Amino acid sequence: MDRISTIHEINELIENSEITYEEVTKKYLDRIDQVEGKVDSFVKVMQEEALESARKADAQREKPHSMIFGIPYGLKDNICSEGVETTCASKILKGFIPPYDATVSSKLKKSGAIVLGKTNMDEFAMGSSNENSSVKKTYNPWDITRVPGGSSGGSAACVAADQVVFSLGSDTGGSIRQPASFCGVVGLKPTYGLVSRYGLVAFASSLDQIGPITKDVRDCAIVLNHIAGHDEKDSTSVKKEKEDYTTYLSPKIKGMKIGIVKEYFGEGLNPEVKERLMEAIEVYKQLGAEFVDVSLPNSKYALSAYYIISSAEASSNLARYDGIRYGFRAEKFDDLLDLYKKTRSQGFGDEVKRRIMLGTYALSSGYYDAYYKKALQVRTLIKEDFDNAFKSCDVLLSPTCPTTAFKIGEKSEDPLEMYLSDIYTVPVNIAGIPAISVPCGFDDTGLPVGMQLTGKAFGEKDIIKAAYAFEQATDFHHKRAEL
Amino acid sequence: MDYEIVIGLEIHSELDTKTKIFCGCSTAFGAEENTQTCPVCLGLPGVLPVLNKKVVEYAVKAGIATDCKIARYSKMDRKNYFYPDLPKAYQISQFDLPICEAGSVEIDLGEYKKTIGITRIHIEEDAGKLIHDAGSGTLADNNRCGVPLIEIVTEPDMRSAEEARTFAEKIKSILEYTEVSDCKMQEGSLRFDVNLSVMKKGAKEFGTRTEMKNLNSFRALERAIEYESKRQIFEIERGNRIIQETRKWDDDKAESFSLRSKEEAHDYRYFPDPDLVPVVLTEDYIDNVKRHLPKLPWVRKAEYMEKWNLSEYDANVLTASKDIAEFFEKTVEACNDAKSAANWIMGEISAVLNEKSLGINEVAFAPEDLGELINLINKNTISGNIAKKVLKEMFETGKAPMSIVEEKNLAQMNDVSELKNMVLDVMKANPQSVEDLKGGKEKAIGFLVGQIMKQTKGKANPGMVNKLIKENLEKF
Repeated sequence: MDRISTIHEINELIENSEITYEEVTKKYLDRIDQVEGKVDSFVKVMQEEALESARKADAQREKPHSMIFGIPYGLKDNICSEGVETTCASKILKGFIPPYDATVSSKLKKSGAIVLGKTNMDEFAMGSSNENSSVKKTYNPWDITRVPGGSSGGSAACVAADQVVFSLGSDTGGSIRQPASFCGVVGLKPTYGLVSRYGLVAFASSLDQIGPITKDVRDCAIVLNHIAGHDEKDSTSVKKEKEDYTTYLSPKIKGMKIGIVKEYFGEGLNPEVKERLMEAIEVYKQLGAEFVDVSLPNSKYALSAYYIISSAEASSNLARYDGIRYGFRAEKFDDLLDLYKKTRSQGFGDEVKRRIMLGTYALSSGYYDAYYKKALQVRTLIKEDFDNAFKSCDVLLSPTCPTTAFKIGEKSEDPLEMYLSDIYTVPVNIAGIPAISVPCGFDDTGLPVGMQLTGKAFGEKDIIKAAYAFEQATDFHHKRAEL
Repeated sequence: MDYEIVIGLEIHSELDTKTKIFCGCSTAFGAEENTQTCPVCLGLPGVLPVLNKKVVEYAVKAGIATDCKIARYSKMDRKNYFYPDLPKAYQISQFDLPICEAGSVEIDLGEYKKTIGITRIHIEEDAGKLIHDAGSGTLADNNRCGVPLIEIVTEPDMRSAEEARTFAEKIKSILEYTEVSDCKMQEGSLRFDVNLSVMKKGAKEFGTRTEMKNLNSFRALERAIEYESKRQIFEIERGNRIIQETRKWDDDKAESFSLRSKEEAHDYRYFPDPDLVPVVLTEDYIDNVKRHLPKLPWVRKAEYMEKWNLSEYDANVLTASKDIAEFFEKTVEACNDAKSAANWIMGEISAVLNEKSLGINEVAFAPEDLGELINLINKNTISGNIAKKVLKEMFETGKAPMSIVEEKNLAQMNDVSELKNMVLDVMKANPQSVEDLKGGKEKAIGFLVGQIMKQTKGKANPGMVNKLIKENLEKF
C-alpha cells in the first residue's frame, strides 16, 4: 500500500479488490495531513467533497469507467472548478468563485477523477519558485529549504510528496516542466492548441497551455488522453483526430533520431546537470537511438522575446481585475480612478506589477514596433529554427533547467537571475510545440535533475515514446522524496 | 471670409444577430438589467471568446453593399482601456486589418450627386451601460456587453450638414435593406460620431478637427454639425486656434462641450487578440454572401423608374426604406397600378405615419388591402374622396376595404338613371348656377356637383355627375 502511487497501479489494486476508492482517497488525505505542514502544496484542500466523491465512485465501481476514475488529483489554482474559490494565488482574486468549470475540470469530473485540492503557484503563474504566491511558499519535498520551482510549484510538489496521484499545471514558459524537474516528477507541456484553455485564468494567452504532472510517463499519457481534444469554447484549440497516447508506450526506440541542441549545453549549465544529461545520452545510445547535432541559433533571443510577448498579453489579460465586479477591492478610495489605482496597487504582488508595467510599456504607441512587433518577429525566427532542427531528428534532448532546485530566497531579489531558470523551456512555448520533463538522475546533494524532450507540433507521441523508453531503462522515477 | 466645412463620419451600428458576438447570449433590447449575460460576456477569469459567424457574414454584407473590398484575411485586436462598463478592460475590435476597406456610397442631394468614400468597416463588441442612480450610485447593466457592432468610417468627403445627413440616411437604408441592422435609433442601434474641421474656401489643407461622439438621431447629427462648424469659424475669426479634442453634444442644450483633448487621449495599446484566430474568407464565401444579398435601394429605384415609369423623386422616396419599398411592391402586385400606389403611400399614408410616428409595418392593414382599395377606385366602386374615408377606417380597424364599403354603404352611385334624376332636381333648384354655366362660367358646375355629392354623402360618381350636368344643360 505504501508503494502505490501511480494511476496504473491503483487501477490494478482496484481490479483485484485489494483496495476501495474511499481507501485510496483517505490514504492521500492522510498523507496531506502528515506532510502538508512541511511542503505547503495546497491553497485549499477539499477533504469532505473528495471523500464523498470517493464513496460515490465505490458505489459505481462495477460500471465501465475510465482509467482515472476515482483517482485523486491536484488542480492548479489558476484552473476554474465550478463553485470552488479560484485565486491564482493572488490577493486580487480573493473570494472569486467561478460559476463554471474549466474544460479540463469538467473533462476530469466526467471521467470520475477526484480533486483533492487547489495547488499553490506563483501569483498569476508569474515566477519560477512559488515565492511569488500571495498565499504562502511551497517547499521542495526533496529538501524543504529549497523551492519546488514554479509557477506550478504546488502541483509538482504535491505529486512528489505523494499527496495526490497526479496534478494539472499550466505552462507559459516552463511552469510545468521546471517544477517537475526540480521535484523529480514527469511534467508535460502539450502542443499549443491540444488542450483547451477555457477556464484557465489567462496569463499569456498565446503561450499558456495546461498539462499533466505525474509520477511516470505512463500516467502522463493516461492523463493526457483525458484532457486533450478540440473544444468549441476555445478558438485556439485545434480540430484533430483523437489519439490514444498510451499506445506509444513502447520501450523500443531503435533508430529514433535524437537531436542535441548545441546551444543548450554551453555556458550557464550546471556541470552536474550536464553530467546527468551525458549519462542519459549514453542510455539512449544503448537503446539504439541515433544522435544528431542541431542548432537553434535564435534561441538566445527567446527569453527577451518571451518577456515582451508574455508581459504584453498579461498587461491586457490582468486589466479586468479592477475591483469593480469581483475579487478584492481597496477599502478607501476617492473616485473611480482612485479605486482602480488603490485596488490594483494593493491587490497585485511585485512580480505581477513588474510584468504589467513592462507589458504596458511594450504595447504603448511609439514603442510597439520596437518591442512587441520585434518580439513577434523573433518568435517567427525561433519557430523556423525548430522547423529546421526537426528536419534531421524526431525529438530534441536538453536539460529542462540549468540547475537543480535552488534555495528559498536565493534568487527572489534578482528577477533576471530567476528568469534564467526558464532559458531552455521558454523557446518551446514560443514555438508552440510540446515538451516533457522526465527525471534523469540526482546531483551530489540528492536533488533531482530533469531532462527535457521536445517534439514537433503535435509530436506528443514522439516525446512520450522517447521518455517512456528512457524511464523503462532507468529507475529514477521510483525514487521517493523522504519527508 | 467664406469657409468650407469638412466632415467625416464614424457610424456604429448594432448588428441584428440573435446572439452576441462572442457568446450565446441574446441581443434583444430592453430586457431586465443583467439578465442577458454569461461568464463570457462578463469577462470572468479564464473564459474565452468565440467569434459568431453571423457577425462576419453581416459585416461582409455591409461591405458589399457599400462597394468595399472584402479582406480575405483580417484579424481581431484588443483595444485596452479601463471603464466600469467594459468588464474585460479591453474591447475586442479590429485595428490594422479590418474586414472591409475602400468602399464608396453615392448620395443624391437633388441638385447634385456626390460619392462619399468609405475608409473601412470593422467588427467589434459593444460595451455595457452605466446607470447613474441618485440613491444607489452608479450601476452597470451588462446586457449590451458583447452585442455585435460594425463601425463604418468615411473619408472626410462631406461638406455640409445636409450632405452628412443624406449620407447617414443612405447608410441607414442600406443597413436596413441588407438586414444587417434594425437601425432603431431610439434603441441605439445606429449612432454617429462626427469628425469636423473648417478651412478657408479653396484652402488645400484641412483645419484641425474635433470629434463629437454618440449622436443618435439625424436631427442631432445635423444640429451638432451646424453648431460645431459655427463654433470653429467663430474661434478662427477671433484669431484662436482650434484644439484637437473630443467633444460631447448635448442635444437638450443644443451645444457641445469639451470631453478631453488630444493630450489626454487614451493610448489604447492595440494588439492582436491571442484568444481569437484570424478571419480568413474564401472567394466562394464572399460570392455566396453576394448572391444572397437582398436587392439594394438604388437597384430598386432604377427598376421603379423603368418598369413603372415613376419619377426619380417618387422612386427615391419609395426606396428610401426597405419596409416602404416592400409595402409598395406588394401593393402594386395587388392592384397593378404603380402610380396610384405611389400616390397613396407618399400622400395619405405617409401623412398618417408621420402624424402618429408609426413605421409602415406597424399599420393595421396589409399592402394587399391598399391594393384592393385602389382597385375599388379604379373600378369606380368608390370615389377618391370616399377612399380616403375608407383608408381612415382601415388605419383604425384594420378591416378590409370592401367590407368597410359594404358595412358603411359607401359604394359609389353609378346608376345613370338614378343620378340623372338627382341632377335634374338639383339643376331645377339652382337656376342661377345653371344660367351662369350656360353663360360660360365653368366654375358653376363645381357648385352643382357639390350639391349632388352633399346629397349622396360623397357617393355619387363625380365624373358621371359632371357629364350628366353638361348633357342636360340645354333642357334648361
